[in-house]
Amino acid sequence: MFIKFLIAAVFAGTPLLFGTVGEIMNEKAGHLNLGVEGMMAMGACAGFMAGFFSNNIYIALLAAFLAGMLGALIYAVLTITFMANQNVTGLTLTIFGVGISNFVGEFMLVNSASSSLKLPEQITAQISNINIPGASTIPVLGPLLFQYNIFVYLGVVIAIICGIYYSRTKTGLNVRAIGENPGTADAAGIKVTKLKYINVLIGGGICGIGGAYCSMIINGGVWMNNPVNGQGWISVALVIFATWRPLRAILGSFIFGAFNILKYYFPKTIITIPNAFYDMLPFVITALVLVVTSIRKSKENSQPASCGVNYFREER
Amino acid sequence: MKTNDYYAIELKGITKSFGKVIANEDINLEIKYGEILALLGENGSGKTTLMNILSGIYYADEGTIFIDGKEVSITNPHEAIDLGIGMIHQHFKLVEVFSSMDNIVLGTKGKYVKSSALKEEVLNMSNKFGLEIVPDKKIYDMSVSEKQTVEIMKVLYRGAKILILDEPTSVLTPQEIEKLFIILRKMKEQGNAIIIITHKLHEVLAISDRVAILRKGKVVDTVNTKESNEKQLTELMVGRPINLKISRPETKKRKTVLKVVDLSVANEDGTIGLNNINFKLKSGEILGVAGVAGSGQRELCETIAGLMDAKTGAVLYNKENIIGKTPDEIINLGISMSFVPEDRLGMGLVGSMDMVDNMLLKSYKKNKGAIIDKKPSRKLAEELIDKLSITTPGVETPVRMLSGGNVQKVLLGREIESEPNVLITAYPVRGLDINSSYIIYDLLNEQKKKNVAILFIGEDLDVLLELSDRIMVLCHGELMGIVDAKKTTKEEIGLMMAGRKMEGVDSDE
Repeated sequence: MFIKFLIAAVFAGTPLLFGTVGEIMNEKAGHLNLGVEGMMAMGACAGFMAGFFSNNIYIALLAAFLAGMLGALIYAVLTITFMANQNVTGLTLTIFGVGISNFVGEFMLVNSASSSLKLPEQITAQISNINIPGASTIPVLGPLLFQYNIFVYLGVVIAIICGIYYSRTKTGLNVRAIGENPGTADAAGIKVTKLKYINVLIGGGICGIGGAYCSMIINGGVWMNNPVNGQGWISVALVIFATWRPLRAILGSFIFGAFNILKYYFPKTIITIPNAFYDMLPFVITALVLVVTSIRKSKENSQPASCGVNYFREER
Repeated sequence: MKTNDYYAIELKGITKSFGKVIANEDINLEIKYGEILALLGENGSGKTTLMNILSGIYYADEGTIFIDGKEVSITNPHEAIDLGIGMIHQHFKLVEVFSSMDNIVLGTKGKYVKSSALKEEVLNMSNKFGLEIVPDKKIYDMSVSEKQTVEIMKVLYRGAKILILDEPTSVLTPQEIEKLFIILRKMKEQGNAIIIITHKLHEVLAISDRVAILRKGKVVDTVNTKESNEKQLTELMVGRPINLKISRPETKKRKTVLKVVDLSVANEDGTIGLNNINFKLKSGEILGVAGVAGSGQRELCETIAGLMDAKTGAVLYNKENIIGKTPDEIINLGISMSFVPEDRLGMGLVGSMDMVDNMLLKSYKKNKGAIIDKKPSRKLAEELIDKLSITTPGVETPVRMLSGGNVQKVLLGREIESEPNVLITAYPVRGLDINSSYIIYDLLNEQKKKNVAILFIGEDLDVLLELSDRIMVLCHGELMGIVDAKKTTKEEIGLMMAGRKMEGVDSDE
């Protein structure tokens, strides 16, 4: 039972993992992007539709990535090039992304023969759980670690690559410098605008894949409007929980995933707690993390100093 | 081709304006390798703008730049670095949460950060130039001088042949300045071209080979340092002969306004801020405070202003203990504090607000009703611009757009206008040029004549000796003694700053 709960937590946490890593990439480059929900919604729609028509998971993933990237591109052009307010732009992107995703979804539903959209069989097989040969049969560890679908493995790999990128590579160091102090980075000869674009766009693409998970896996391969349903917002909070570290985001996502499904697994025989209480838990935990990190005043574990502030070179 | 055949840098007809303000106009300047050129000029004369053009931060509206005899176009800092130009900014360009090593390699070529090899390289270079660097130390743990060393190292690591230092000495102690100069001379010997921006005349004379003097955005003259002197440079810089003597007007009927009794203050981290301080501050006098930076000056100011709490002791203002009162209550008693920390816009003014709103900060509480009347503040702002000759495009310009000296004038002007009985001012001329400094000294003397009690925390001993009536010396939070400024010597104060107590020399009464 407990192992089943843990496995379910991993599944529930995967879309959060994508959203969180994507948002970390934005914030490391100094851009607080509140459009995660929107970029995920765009990815959800594009991924599902691409999968529906192509019957191929790779095309679906690519479409989701590009759709998330497109959302990020809107945000990037507005905030990096035109220096629009980041919060307002991000919020608008969320409204836009969710809206267009539902619009396309609704349009397809109305025009479909059976007034429902279900992913074809081949792709359903591609996104079902993969038993890794040899490893998946190990007792306890097998089901716990080696029997997930392609998204889960992809998410963990992306998070690990992202972690190495920021902590071990020079480009990652440069990006962190931009997020902390773009003036310094600029004076050091770092191409601030270019790196900001790259990080914001790739981050958006990763969010898009998280969205595709929501539409393709969570609802069992059937299109439903609002597939992302607030996961993007939890991801924004999770960035704080993960203290801007991609590797901690893996753990954080799965913990938050566990909170999401706790209501289904908590033995009702002991005590009955309203569902709303479970829904509240992730946010309470985030608040607690915020309090603890601010008491510890750790400079390394806080938001990049210039996150949310646009950079204009000639401004004095 | 020998290095002497062409100039390291040659500027021709450089012009740059910000909106209506012309920062640089038709600048012509050249510097050779193995030479130190000092760029001298008052605040707002366009020194920093010119250097920012060289380092690619700004782009000149007109004019051409030649590096090594070739015409170049520097459109971004990257190109400047590739051309071998390295700038050490007045406000350090360092990432606080990074180690010194990370800051040094920032933006350089190569893919991976191999820490062991890199550390060795950094240490090798630091030995070569006599720089002391701890590769793993985080910037936020460093002193100002250490940060500057990292900045210099950063520029050298990029292979800069032309170094530009923007007011490098303004935050350093005399010993640290001497150390810096040794490093600069070493670099010069190795064939680097060095431009140093400063307005401290004795430093110009000590370090440079040639001096270019800027005034109001134009190069007024270039002179060989050896053939020049302090007086000539001042006149070129200010544009007219200037009297370098500070006056010390005599006042009568002095009575004690502020009495500090057995004051002890603990810092946040539990260390001693002030230990058992006793002194009296009288109306119509300037009480100078001397001491090495961090000897308790900040704690003294902040305790009197009500920002810090005292452990024991009292601060009596007309026999009323003000310890435990809020800053607001203390201001209402007539204690006005103009506290200017290292970053000028830190505690005194709000940088993004214009002069009118900054004036309002001090007076809006007197306003009756819900709607604020901006007219008096506007009038006050305009008066200050006029009276203190503040250079600004207008009262609606955010104060952070003004140069340092003008920001200082705005702050001090506002404090004085509230007609205080006690004025506390910390480093009011830090980073200011001669002309602005003298305006500030005059302002303080004017207040003294109005019987205001002034606590003047200074760093330049010559100024303290000339301006103050009495000087109290702090060392590690303890009072070393109070001496009569007219009778004491620089050496005596120097000894007290280093920790020698002078019992019973208080010239009080």
